[in-house]
Amino acid sequence: MTEIAPIIEVKNVNISFGKNHVLRDFSMNVIPGENLAILGKSGSGKSVLIKCIIRLLIPDSGKIIVINNDISKLDDDEMDMLRADVGFLFQSNALYDSMTVRQNLEFPLRRHWSKEERKFNAKDAVLEALEDVGLAHTVDMMPSELSGGMRKRIALARTLILKPKVILYDEPTTGLDPITAREISQLMNEVQEKYKATAVIISHDMKCIKMTSDRVIMLIDGKNYASDTYENLLKITDPKVREFFD
Amino acid sequence: MKIFDSPFFTEVGDISRFTARFFREILKPKQEFEEFVNQCYWIGYKSLTLVGITGFIMGLVLTIQSRPTLVEFGAVSLLPSMVSVSLVREITPVITALICAGKIGSGIGAELGSMRVTEQIDAMEVSGTNPFKYLVVTRVMASTLMVPLLTCLAIAISMYGGYLGCNIRGNVSWTLYWSQSFNILKFGDFIPSLIKTYFFGFAIGIIGCYKGYTSQKGTEGVGRSATTAVIVASLLVFIIDLIAVQITDLLGLT
Repeated sequence: MTEIAPIIEVKNVNISFGKNHVLRDFSMNVIPGENLAILGKSGSGKSVLIKCIIRLLIPDSGKIIVINNDISKLDDDEMDMLRADVGFLFQSNALYDSMTVRQNLEFPLRRHWSKEERKFNAKDAVLEALEDVGLAHTVDMMPSELSGGMRKRIALARTLILKPKVILYDEPTTGLDPITAREISQLMNEVQEKYKATAVIISHDMKCIKMTSDRVIMLIDGKNYASDTYENLLKITDPKVREFFD
Repeated sequence: MKIFDSPFFTEVGDISRFTARFFREILKPKQEFEEFVNQCYWIGYKSLTLVGITGFIMGLVLTIQSRPTLVEFGAVSLLPSMVSVSLVREITPVITALICAGKIGSGIGAELGSMRVTEQIDAMEVSGTNPFKYLVVTRVMASTLMVPLLTCLAIAISMYGGYLGCNIRGNVSWTLYWSQSFNILKFGDFIPSLIKTYFFGFAIGIIGCYKGYTSQKGTEGVGRSATTAVIVASLLVFIIDLIAVQITDLLGLT
């Protein structure tokens, strides 16, 4: 049987902030089409890890390969081009609050589409992305006029507009009520189904992880402590793993 | 040396690196012209009223305050000349720059600071846009261009305020006021005063952007960025003014 080449490879990554050693020789692979959840306590380095994957943070040592590119060796322009294939949903949504929903969604296009493409296709692309998240009617609204759940959906639409191959979700359900959190989890599944993207989901919301992931990595003490399906992890008796499920 | 490890020198080093990055980025291709025009509108056009009112009051007050002293020396006829030289050379450029440091510096500091702590700057980077070029270069350029224009407007309005001030207690005709004012003024008064306002604008823009762009510690950090942007920019305005006066003095332009 031929082994599928991973779309993301993280090899022996270390990163520290002062004396706080956040990731210690952390390694993981993500295969194309997989929905991988990374589970860990607050402050365990989950967000740091995906920020390293998109090179918002640079690890002290180790190697990260994303879609066959060693990101430490890319110059800024090459990294920007790679970022068109890697979407990032921020925990805080990070919507540009001085822009309308339409301008928010059009913003990533300015770097990756030509002027002509933007002139003729941007409107349709914005509407398609908004329809995918069920918020086509908000196109001319400001982010401040939207609820928390709607903002999360708009942020997801902005992530989708470039049709990325990989989507990194940073705590997608944090700060949302249980019903909205479930709706966002369902939406993530629908989006993954439609766009056939690979997902890395950072969360400590067990319901979200259960609904959205094919595999879960337990990030404990800065290391890849355990990796398996949600159901198999439930059977593990190690107290550090049990902490999350009990 | 230990002294260079102090927070003051660390900050000076960081601002210098930030300024050097500005000059590197400005030379890179693909300018954000649309955002630059947008910032000129916000920094320049939206400051017109404030700068205009302040300029008018400055001219009026300076004239009213100076009149009694000149009357005492029997030199009241020199009032238009004295007021115009003071306004053009020193008072209007510096006061306008201080007002801009308050309005523009704090505005940029708070806006970029809030964008930093809500991850909007990271979101720009992730979407492939260079946030430094989009946010910092455009704002610093707009500030550098708009502060001199605002100063020119403030000079004109403050001199008009001076004319009204002359006529509150006295009687100076429109023609006499302007001919006396312009007879005393030379290019050596206008040019150095205008050149230094470009430096004022640059300092206000770069400090506002630096403080906002490097903001930390949540909403508290945003407030601190806005406040320190105003303080440092105002201080820099005075330092630049001092240097400019020394240079014009050395060149014999005073």
